[in-house]
Formats: sequence, structure tokens, C-alpha cells
Amino acid sequence: MKSYDIVIIGGGPAGLAAAVSARKEGIESILILERDKELGGILNQCIHNGFGLHTFKEELTGPEYAGRFIDQVLELGIEYKLHTMVMDIQADKVVTAMNREEGMFQIQAGAVILAMGCRERSRGALNIPGYRPAGIYSAGTAQRLVNMEGFMPGREVVILGSGDIGLIMARRMTLEGARVKVVAELMPYSGGLKRNIVQCLDDYGIPLKLSHTVVEVKGKERLEGITLAQVDEKNRPIPGTEEEYSCDTLLLSVGLIPENELSGGMGVDMNPVTSGPRVNERMETSIEGVFACGNVLHVHDLVDFVSEEAAAAGRNAARYIRNGKAESKGHVVTLNPVQGVRYTVPCTIDPEKMDDTQIVRFRVGNVYKKCTIGVYFDEELIISRKRPVVAPGEMEEIKLEKAKLLQYPDLKTITIKIEEA
Amino acid sequence: MEKRELICIGCPMGCPLTVELEGGEVISVTGHTCKRGDVYARKEVTNPTRIVTSTVKVLEGKADMVSVKTREDIPKGKIFDCVRALKDVTVKAPVHIGDVIVPDIAGTGVDMVATKQVL
Repeated sequence: MKSYDIVIIGGGPAGLAAAVSARKEGIESILILERDKELGGILNQCIHNGFGLHTFKEELTGPEYAGRFIDQVLELGIEYKLHTMVMDIQADKVVTAMNREEGMFQIQAGAVILAMGCRERSRGALNIPGYRPAGIYSAGTAQRLVNMEGFMPGREVVILGSGDIGLIMARRMTLEGARVKVVAELMPYSGGLKRNIVQCLDDYGIPLKLSHTVVEVKGKERLEGITLAQVDEKNRPIPGTEEEYSCDTLLLSVGLIPENELSGGMGVDMNPVTSGPRVNERMETSIEGVFACGNVLHVHDLVDFVSEEAAAAGRNAARYIRNGKAESKGHVVTLNPVQGVRYTVPCTIDPEKMDDTQIVRFRVGNVYKKCTIGVYFDEELIISRKRPVVAPGEMEEIKLEKAKLLQYPDLKTITIKIEEA
Repeated sequence: MEKRELICIGCPMGCPLTVELEGGEVISVTGHTCKRGDVYARKEVTNPTRIVTSTVKVLEGKADMVSVKTREDIPKGKIFDCVRALKDVTVKAPVHIGDVIVPDIAGTGVDMVATKQVL
């Protein structure tokens, strides 16, 4: 069996950044396994601009951002295999994969970095009543068809869900000559970034209907139209509010789910809130030497943060290989998300082993205006940050200082909560 | 005096901006948290601009399409002229990031450049 110090599952933004950072830490033997025909992952179909402001201090398109990391991977001579699907990973880090040239093969990894990304929530998960005609796509599928394969899925479009991909596709379809009639969102707030509402909907006069959903799908062979209805506070359609739209295409932008079949299969401890692995401050999962980063860990809004997180995973995987053993279990502080805070990444922090600054990222469960993010070391309020507005569609973060944590030798729990005025 | 409320599109923070105008002249910008916001607000109320991204067909390449963008932002009113000008454009592989695909697109003075390598 072939062996590598570090095997990275996935050659998207997370896998690429993890590989580059592990190599820069001196690890020679690294292998990236990618199932698509090229490196870069989802960025290849995200042809819009707005990537890289944090990482490169300039505004790039998705393929350009990926290109910067692909160039580094090539320059550093990091090995990768394309068209290669990982079937299974065992807790002892034996990776089983297959491709057309080599058939099925196994690799012994010293450390594994999980960087498989996420996939779109499908229509089946939503239970829209009606027929199942052609013309209903996930927004990401439509994005791939338009931007990479050069096909237009349709001419008259309704979009359900206001996630960023749906908003971006509203603009893209409009520019390609389609009529996007409406974007409907079940929740009373948008799931996407505010800037995308402005530059993808407002710029083109596309209405956004909050607290609305599709209650009927019409057409037997091809989609002919849909019925929208307003929903009440329990998300139940309100009779009498139905509106009909004729359309040949319905795009669904209704959320992303981390793709963790492999992680679950190897027995990694999962967080049901994010559907991603639980990790410590080193991005290490419950299995030593197995790290996770990017959208497989939790779904991000910004690729810049994926790269940052993945670089940390790569650095720590390199450290694990160099040390030749797992870090001794020291003082573990648990992060406790409550009161509006849905989860945190990481889930635990070891004050001795953390970097000088640790960024903790989280999402909130609702829109809160003029609120305060409160961080408590056990019972004591340590950080109190005023925020004009926080929303589920936009990831939040707080910074923890190592020096501060070390002042609290008996610290057990760091609680993060939203406090309304 | 006229007041306009904007959301900055300079970065994903989406800062809420308030611009005060007097006779078409910007008097003040508030709400921004960086320089980008001030620049955006002034432009947005006088001459709004956007970067336009799209794709064109590639001949004899490993991929069928290559992504393109305007090298700089162009006036908002020119967006559709710009995508129309791309309608029948094809390029022959290889294409590299930064290659000019259409110079001076739709008379904007801005080049349309490739954003992906297709060999």
C-alpha cells in the first residue's frame, strides 16, 4: 500500500489552501484527491467577482481566486489525482479511492484533512406538492450549466430561496436574456448577503418576496408555472394569498449541507447543528490526526475565511506529522453557544496549545437588531460587542486572546450569546 | 437637501450607508467602516458602476466555456450593451487569465479579460 504523510480529501478552496500551508510547514509527502476533472472546486463555476478581498486585498472572480491557489500547488510540486473518488476512510487512516486509470486502490495516510465541501439541499428535502416536470434545478446546477457548459436552463424563471447562489443566479440568468420574475423566501429575512440583494436583485428590478413559498408546481412534462403563497409565523401557507406565476424554470436555493458521508463512516464525532465534524482549536476532529476545514466543517459565506481555516488545518496536520504523535490531552475549554448563537467552530479550545489569537466563528438563529454579542468565561463577562444587526445569512466571529485565557487556569466553559437591548 | 440610504457592495460586510446630497453634489457620507464605502457611496449616487462577469465559448479547448470580466467597473447603464457585445464571441484555446477577449467592450474604454485558464 502506498503511503503519504498527509492525504487531503477534496481539491477545492479548502483542500488547496490546506495543502499549500502543510507544504510550507515542511511536509513533502502530500496527496490531494479530487473527484472532478480539475482543481478549484465550486469556485470554477462562481464566475462573479467579490472573492479575495481579505486574502489578496483585491477583488477577484471565483476562477481567478482558485487560480492563485492552483498556481501555488503546482509551483510547490504538490501531488494530486483528478477524477478520483474517495469511497471510504477508516479510523486508522487507510483511504480507499477509485479512478479509471488505477481502479480501486488504498493509501495509508499519516494525517487526513477532510475538505469535501458541501452540496445543495434538494427539492426532495422540501416536499413541494405537484407534478415532477422538467425545468426544476438547484441554483448550483443551473450555475454549472450556464457558466461551464454554456446551456440556458430556461427563459422564464422563478427562484425559491434567497441564498447567495440563488441571488447570483437571478442576475446571471437576467444577463443571459432570461426573465427572472421573483425570488421567494420562506423566512422573514434573506439567507444571502445584503450586497447580493443590492447588486443581483435591486439592480435589475427583481422582486424579493419574504415569508413566501411555492405551494404548487404546474406542468406535466415541462414546468409551466408555480403558485406562491405567503406563510404565517409557523411557515404555514396562508389561504387566499396565492399568486400564480407562469415560468419554465424553477431554481432552488434553499441551503447547503456539508458532505460528510466519509467523516461519518470513519466515526468522527459530528455536530448535528452544522452537520459537520466537531473540531478543537487545531481543526482536529475527535479522531487524532484527522482534520477538517472549509464547507465540510460548516458552510461559509466567504471563501477567504475558508482559506484561512484550511491553512490552520494544514499547519496543524503538519505539526501532527512532525511530532509523530497526538498532542497530549491538556486543559480543554468547551465553547457553549446559547441564546441565539447556534454553534461555534471550534467546539473546544486548549489554552496552552492555541495560537496567540483564536478566531471563533458562529451563526445566529434569527435576525437581531441593536444587540450585543456577549462572551463569558464561566460566569464572568469578558467581551461585549455591540452589533447594529446580526442575521443567520452572515457568519459572525469573535477573537479570543491566548494571554487572556491563560489568566483563567480553572476555566471550563466559554459561553457565547446574543443579548438584546 | 436629499438623503439616500445605500448598502455598500464593496465587501460582504454590507455596511448601511447614508449619503447627503445638495443639488446633485455629495455633502456627506456616513455609516461606512472603510474607505471603500466612501468611494462606493459617492459613485453610486452620481455615476453608479459595476464589474460585469460572463462567459464566452472556447474552440478547441479542454473546456467549452471560459469566464470573463470587465477589467474595471463600467457604468451600470452599459451592462446590457456589454453582455450583448459578447453574444457571438468565441476564442481559440489556449486562453490565460488576463488575456484580452474583447478590447474596449461596448465603447466603455474597458477591456473584457479572461478569468480562467483553458488549455
